[in-house]
Amino acid sequence: MTREEQKENLLRMSGTDVRKCMKCGKCSGRCPAYHEMDIKPHQFVSLLAQGKIEKLLSGKAIWSCLSCMACVERCPRGVAPAAVVEAVRDTVVRMQGANGIRAEDIPPIVDELIPQQLLVSAYRKYNK
Amino acid sequence: MQRIGVFICWCGSNIAATVDVERVSEVIRSEPGVVFSANYQYMCSENGQQLVKNAIKEYNLTAVVIGSCSPRMHEATFRKAAEEAGLNPYMVEIANIREHCSWIHKDREEATEKALVLVRTAIAKVNLDAPLQAGESPVTKRALVIGGGIAGIQAALDIAEAGFEVDIVEKNPTIGGRMAQLDKTFPTLDCSACILTPKMVDCAQNEKIDILSYSEVEEVKGFVGNFSVKIRRKARYVDETKCTGCKVCMEKCPSKKGLNEFNMGLNNRTAIYIPFAQAIPNVAVIDPEQCIKLKTGKCGICQKFCGVGAIDYTMKDEFIERKYGAIVVATGFRPLKPDKFNEYGYADNKDVITSLELERLMNAAGPTDGVLLRPSDGTHPKVITFIQCVGSRDTSGCGKPYCSKICCMYTAKHAMLIREKYPDTEVHVFYIDVRTPGKNYDEFYRRAVEQYGVDYIKGMVGKVYNQNGKLMVQGSNLIDNEQVVIPSDLVVLATAIEPEPSVRKVATLLTASIDTNNFLTESHAKLRPVESPTAGVYLAGVCQGPKDIPETVSQASACAAKVIGLLVKDKLKTNPCIAHPDESMCNGCSQCANVCAYGAITYVDKEFRLGGGKTEVRRVASVNPAVCQGCGACTVTCPSGAMDLSGFSSGQIMSEVEAICKM
Amino acid sequence: MQDVNSGYSPNIVAFCCNWCSYAGADLAGSSRLSYPANVKIIRVPCSCRVNPMFVLKAFQRGADGVILCGCHPGDCHYVTGNYYTRRRMALLFSFLDYLGIERERTRVEWVSAAEGARFSAVMNDFVKTVASLGENKRLTDLRCKEGSDNA
Repeated sequence: MTREEQKENLLRMSGTDVRKCMKCGKCSGRCPAYHEMDIKPHQFVSLLAQGKIEKLLSGKAIWSCLSCMACVERCPRGVAPAAVVEAVRDTVVRMQGANGIRAEDIPPIVDELIPQQLLVSAYRKYNK
Repeated sequence: MQRIGVFICWCGSNIAATVDVERVSEVIRSEPGVVFSANYQYMCSENGQQLVKNAIKEYNLTAVVIGSCSPRMHEATFRKAAEEAGLNPYMVEIANIREHCSWIHKDREEATEKALVLVRTAIAKVNLDAPLQAGESPVTKRALVIGGGIAGIQAALDIAEAGFEVDIVEKNPTIGGRMAQLDKTFPTLDCSACILTPKMVDCAQNEKIDILSYSEVEEVKGFVGNFSVKIRRKARYVDETKCTGCKVCMEKCPSKKGLNEFNMGLNNRTAIYIPFAQAIPNVAVIDPEQCIKLKTGKCGICQKFCGVGAIDYTMKDEFIERKYGAIVVATGFRPLKPDKFNEYGYADNKDVITSLELERLMNAAGPTDGVLLRPSDGTHPKVITFIQCVGSRDTSGCGKPYCSKICCMYTAKHAMLIREKYPDTEVHVFYIDVRTPGKNYDEFYRRAVEQYGVDYIKGMVGKVYNQNGKLMVQGSNLIDNEQVVIPSDLVVLATAIEPEPSVRKVATLLTASIDTNNFLTESHAKLRPVESPTAGVYLAGVCQGPKDIPETVSQASACAAKVIGLLVKDKLKTNPCIAHPDESMCNGCSQCANVCAYGAITYVDKEFRLGGGKTEVRRVASVNPAVCQGCGACTVTCPSGAMDLSGFSSGQIMSEVEAICKM
Repeated sequence: MQDVNSGYSPNIVAFCCNWCSYAGADLAGSSRLSYPANVKIIRVPCSCRVNPMFVLKAFQRGADGVILCGCHPGDCHYVTGNYYTRRRMALLFSFLDYLGIERERTRVEWVSAAEGARFSAVMNDFVKTVASLGENKRLTDLRCKEGSDNA
């Protein structure tokens, strides 16, 4: 994949319009995992907008993001930094060949009220 | 059949070099209806016009076609010439053979052919032209200003200065508006009251100005020059003519727990009150929701103590009806309530306040007599954090998508004033962008940073939380790529401004259009910025879009100039190229009124003869010639084809199409 | 503009609103920005004055293309006129398409009074497009054609 294709791919996976970002930094102002992240939430949006894919893929912050969605909730322009983090995380996982989770791995005891995204993130994070 | 004269202009060589003008006028001579055809070097010159005038008289012409430059250039010239020769000016049509022909084509043969088509098209149109008379309507020489803030005050003063009578309708008990609540004004830091209250007094003393405070517009009828407006004068329970503003009633009133609106609810007021010391009119008003006498019938203390017997608990709302020639809308704004943004904790923390609340806390006439104290415990705040763009530039749903324009400047002002008055205070400002276009504005902001040491942090605040009595402001510092937490004593939110909600009702009454943000729409964004699309209605101040005081005052004065320009006329000439229904075909379906942007169409019940002595009453459309602007939207909407446009009738355009397509 | 092989030259009716597009056409003229002589302009107060009947009449009388020009959305001199145009013509053009008059023969364009260059570019492009489609025979009332056998 060329870098341009990778960018398109990430934009599609995240489903967020990074051009809407007005660079206010409210996402990073709210992020509870901010100090753990080498790439900050607002930088995820900015790096994707600029197409700096290598930097995104080589960061460690995707493993620190809690997927708490506070950044999405607080964004005044309707941008979803957490969705970008998620898209990068997916891409990295796929590149490692550990493609997704298997259904049979999901313990039957899991409450159905738990958000899907949390499950998905958690398995990716701890199931390497 | 018309007797048509055709005049082809050479325009020096501008037309003649590419179009064979001799041939055009020769060929056209044999068109049906054409009794005279000529060409001349400069048709618009004195001699050229004389040629037209002579031909009209000599050949008894009933219609004239000029093949020349664009009608946007000389249509008026030739219409005037025709009128001087005794022809109705609307019997003149222009074939644009310069801009639309000779100037864009190089091939002489091709250009001449096209010029012939264009002239024939104009002949086809003029054949169906009918003489039109510009109507006249009288002008009532009195203006109405809705809203008594600085915009309304300035507009009223300027109109009165020109000698016309003005009424200010203000829904609050006093005029003054938002500006009266401000402490200082940027960028010169002069005291708001010191520059506003003299203008308020001028209004009260000007015999041309009638201040109708505590009143609202209820109904508007009529059109430009002839508005008839019903105004509700809300029951004040105090006789305006008797009350002297001595304030004895306020001292005696036992009901003291009303929220003081003027101080943004930061302290209380009595049930009978005068909003502030310099109120105009300086007359008390009773809050019926709070007054013990009005609620329970027992009390009446204020009546007992009033030395002039001004109190009347039986007062009812009254309605007055007045006539106006022009209306200025200056309904102003209110700050957005930030309680929906729970990240800033406005609802939970007394020490998170809005900028307008800070304005009152710093004002010498405010609840703290101008000493900056925290609302929670009355101590001096040592660390103050400002947050900008609260609710502005927000497309998430809670806020407003636009920039409120004034917040960057007033926050710089607040920061500067606090550092000036209390130099031991630490001041931080979280900002997204600092927007300071305007004379001496950026210099002002830089002064806050460079001279007063205000700490500007590029980044937004993510949350504000209370920890051991300190307000922890957590936000990002994008320049340093850090997340910072600032323990603060006071947090000030620079809230967005939104149009005063009552503007919706006013807009509906006036059929003035309004945008998705409730701002009134101007007639043209660049060239008619103070006129509403509704003729005779003008816009001043924030009701049209966010603006600061100097801009508001300029717009108000511009409105006044427009109003004066209208009121000095004794009669208004109306454009005769307007819509008119064929009443025999109209079925009163209302579709035309629905598409009319000007509210020019109403419906009347009319009696029609059916023959055999029978009559029938039907509802038919009626176009107000003073309001119709002649766009023609209704003509196309009309399902029965009853509506037509004078000067651009369906028959005329059809025959123009035919003339072009004749092969 | 004339096709060298067949001698075919399309006839195009342009409706221009008085406040923006007609002035844009004037500017194209005074800037000497040429466009083919096939385009003949009819002045209307607003693009919303154009009744679908006018467009049908043009095709009936043998026009090969019809173009409406108005102020840019939001800039209409009459506030909302061009929005009506946009909706009406979208409907009409799809109906004409159904009748066999190709979409390319009809067009709505926004041209402001300052866009002389745009006016010329739009007209050049439109004439080229229509010319490539050839003569329009649909809807044409053959009785209207001079010299035709049915005349």
